[in-house]
Amino acid sequence: MSARPDRTRATPSGAPRPRDPRRVADPSQRGGVPWPLGLPALVTVAFLLLPLAGLLVRAPWRSLGRLLVESQVVDALRLSLICASAATVLSLLFGVPLAWVLARATFRGRGLLRAAVTLPLVLPPVVGGVALLLAFGRRGIVGQYLDSWFGITLPFSTVGVVIAETFVAMPFLIVTVEGAFRTADRGYEEAAATLGASRLTVFRRVTLPLIGPSLVAGSVLCWARALGEFGATITFAGNFPGRTQTMPIAVYLALESDPEAAIALSLVLLAVSIAVLVGLRDRWLNTGTAA
Amino acid sequence: MSLTDVGVAAAGLDVAVAVQRGAFRLQVAATVAPGEVLGVLGPNGAGKTTLLRVLAGLAAVTEGSIRLGGTVLDDAANGTFVPAEQRPVGLVFQNYRLFPHLSVRDNVAFAARSRGARRGDARRHADRFLQQLDLTGLATRKPAQLSGGQAQRVALARALAADPAMLLLDEPLAALDARTRLEVRTELRRHLADFPGPVLLVTHDPLEAMVMTDRLLVIEDGHVVQHGTPAQVARRPATQYVARLVGLNLYPGTVASTDGTVRLAAGGTLTAASSDPLPHTGTDVLVAVRPSAIAVHTDRPASASPRNVWPGAVAGLELLGDRVRVQVEGHPGALVDLTAASVADLDLRPGLSVWLSAKATEVDVYPDPHVRPGPVGEPVPAP
Repeated sequence: MSARPDRTRATPSGAPRPRDPRRVADPSQRGGVPWPLGLPALVTVAFLLLPLAGLLVRAPWRSLGRLLVESQVVDALRLSLICASAATVLSLLFGVPLAWVLARATFRGRGLLRAAVTLPLVLPPVVGGVALLLAFGRRGIVGQYLDSWFGITLPFSTVGVVIAETFVAMPFLIVTVEGAFRTADRGYEEAAATLGASRLTVFRRVTLPLIGPSLVAGSVLCWARALGEFGATITFAGNFPGRTQTMPIAVYLALESDPEAAIALSLVLLAVSIAVLVGLRDRWLNTGTAA
Repeated sequence: MSLTDVGVAAAGLDVAVAVQRGAFRLQVAATVAPGEVLGVLGPNGAGKTTLLRVLAGLAAVTEGSIRLGGTVLDDAANGTFVPAEQRPVGLVFQNYRLFPHLSVRDNVAFAARSRGARRGDARRHADRFLQQLDLTGLATRKPAQLSGGQAQRVALARALAADPAMLLLDEPLAALDARTRLEVRTELRRHLADFPGPVLLVTHDPLEAMVMTDRLLVIEDGHVVQHGTPAQVARRPATQYVARLVGLNLYPGTVASTDGTVRLAAGGTLTAASSDPLPHTGTDVLVAVRPSAIAVHTDRPASASPRNVWPGAVAGLELLGDRVRVQVEGHPGALVDLTAASVADLDLRPGLSVWLSAKATEVDVYPDPHVRPGPVGEPVPAP
C-alpha cells in the first residue's frame, strides 16, 4: 500500500489538476440547488413565514399595552399559565412512572399499551374532549359516580381545563422520557446496586438525574402543548371567562369581537413559542457537552 | 446489613457454580481466603466478567452456590439469592462507572447515602477514603474532569467506602495508558494488600496477574484450566494460551523412554534431564522450554553437549524491547529469543535453514492436566 505513489502530488505543475472523484460525485458539495427542488422550498418558506409576518405587520403596537392589561386578557393569560403548569406537574408525577414501566418492565401487551398511551398524540383534540366528557362528564362512566358519591363535577371547571390539557399533552412527556429511560446506560444502575442502593434509590439518585435533560425537554414540550391546547379544552371545559377560558380560546373568540385584541393575544403566544424553541435548543446543545 | 456488621469479621469466599448463558457455560470452583488476592486470568470471552457479575449479585447462578464466610449469597439448590444491593461485595467496574452527575466526594459518599446516612455524615465518611486514596484535592470535581488514573482511584475509593467484606476488580488497569498503568499498579497493589477480606482481580494482562495476585485461576472458554501461584503458572503453564501469555514454548507429548525423552504430538522429540523425577513411560505430559534457553546455529553444532539438537527454518523475526523474537518452523517449531547482535552475526532472515539446540536441564516436563478443550466437571487441583 505504502509503495503506491501519491498521484496528486506527482502531477507536474503544468498539467491540469486531477479531479477529486468525491467532490464530483456529491452535488451537495457544490452548493447549487436544482430549481425543481429550490422553487417549492422557497414557496414553503414563504407559506410558513408569511402568516407570522402578517401578525407582526398588523399588530396594534401602539395600543398593545392597553389591550394586554384589559382584565379579560390578563385573566386568560394567568389561567393558561396556571393550567398548563398544573398539567405539566401532573404529567411528571404520573407520566414518568408510566414511561419507566413502558421502558423497563417486561410484560405481555407492552407494545399495545405503549400505542394506546400515545394515542392522544395523533387523536384530534376535539375527539379527546368528547371522550373525556363520556368518561368524566356528569353522565360519564366515571363522572356519574364522582358526581353522586363525592359531589365532584369535573367538566366546565378549571380542573376540567387541567384534565383536558393533561390528556392531550402528557404523551409528549411520556414518549420523550420513555426513550431516555430505554437508552440510558444501565451500567450506572448496576454500579449503584453494588453500592447498596435499593431500586427506588437507584431510580431517584441515579436514573432520574441521568435522564435530566430529557426530563426537561419533555416537560417543556408538554407545557407548550398544554398552553396551546384548544379543541379538547373547549369541548370538555367550555369557555367561561376567568374559569375555563384559556388564551387560545380567548384569541378565537376575540377575533370576532375585537380583532386587535386577538392579534395582541396571539403575539403573546408567539413570544412564548419562540422562548420554548430557544430554551429547548440551548438545553439540547448543552446536553451534548455535559454528558 | 448495617455499616458496622459487614467487613469486620474477615470471611473467606467459597464458590462452586455453573452459569448457563445460551450456549455458553461457565463452570468455576474456587476458595479465596480473607486477605488473599485471587487473580482470574483468561482471554476475552472466557467468562471472567460473568464470574464477577455472579459474585456481585448482578446475575444468578444456574447451579451451585456462593458462600462468603457463614453467609450463603446464592444457592441454586434452594433458591437463595441475595440481591446485589444487599451483598457486602464491592465491585470496581472495568470502565469505573462513576456517576457523571455527582462530584468525586458524592460518588464516594454514595454507598453511605444509599443506606440512609445524612448528606453531612455520608460526606464525612467519604472524606476518610478520599484522604486514604489521596483524592482530597479532587473532591469537588466531576468524573469527566478526571484523568484515567484518578478515575480508577475514585472507583476504588467508592467501592471501599461501602465497607465491603469482599472486593472484586474487573480489569482495573485496562482503561489506562501504559505509563499510568505502571504507577497505578504499584499503588493498587498496596491498597489491595491492606484489604482484610477476599479479593478477586480479573485480568487478561499476564504482568498484572503476576505482580498483583497471590494465586491465579486461569479460565478458558468457561472452564478453569489452571490454578496455582503466579510462579507455578508462569513456570508450568497448562495450556497454549497461558504459555503464550508468559512467553514459553509449550508442547504436549508422551513420555517415550525412561531416559527423559518425550515424543511430541506435533512431531519431533525433546529430552529432559534424567535427574528430574519423570512420569512413567506412556504418560501424557507437557514440555516447556523458555525462548531464551534455545540456541540458534547456522550449521549443525559439532559439540554434542546439548542433548537436544534439531533443524528448522526461520519463519519470522520480531523486535521485543531489547531482544529479537525469532519464530522457527521445524519439529518442533519454537520461539527463540536472541539479542539483536546475535541476529546480525548469524545473518538470520525468513526462510533461512538453521539448527536449534536446547540443554536437557532447560527442558521442563510435567504431567498434562488435560484441561483443554472439552468439558471439565471438577476444579483443577492446585499443583
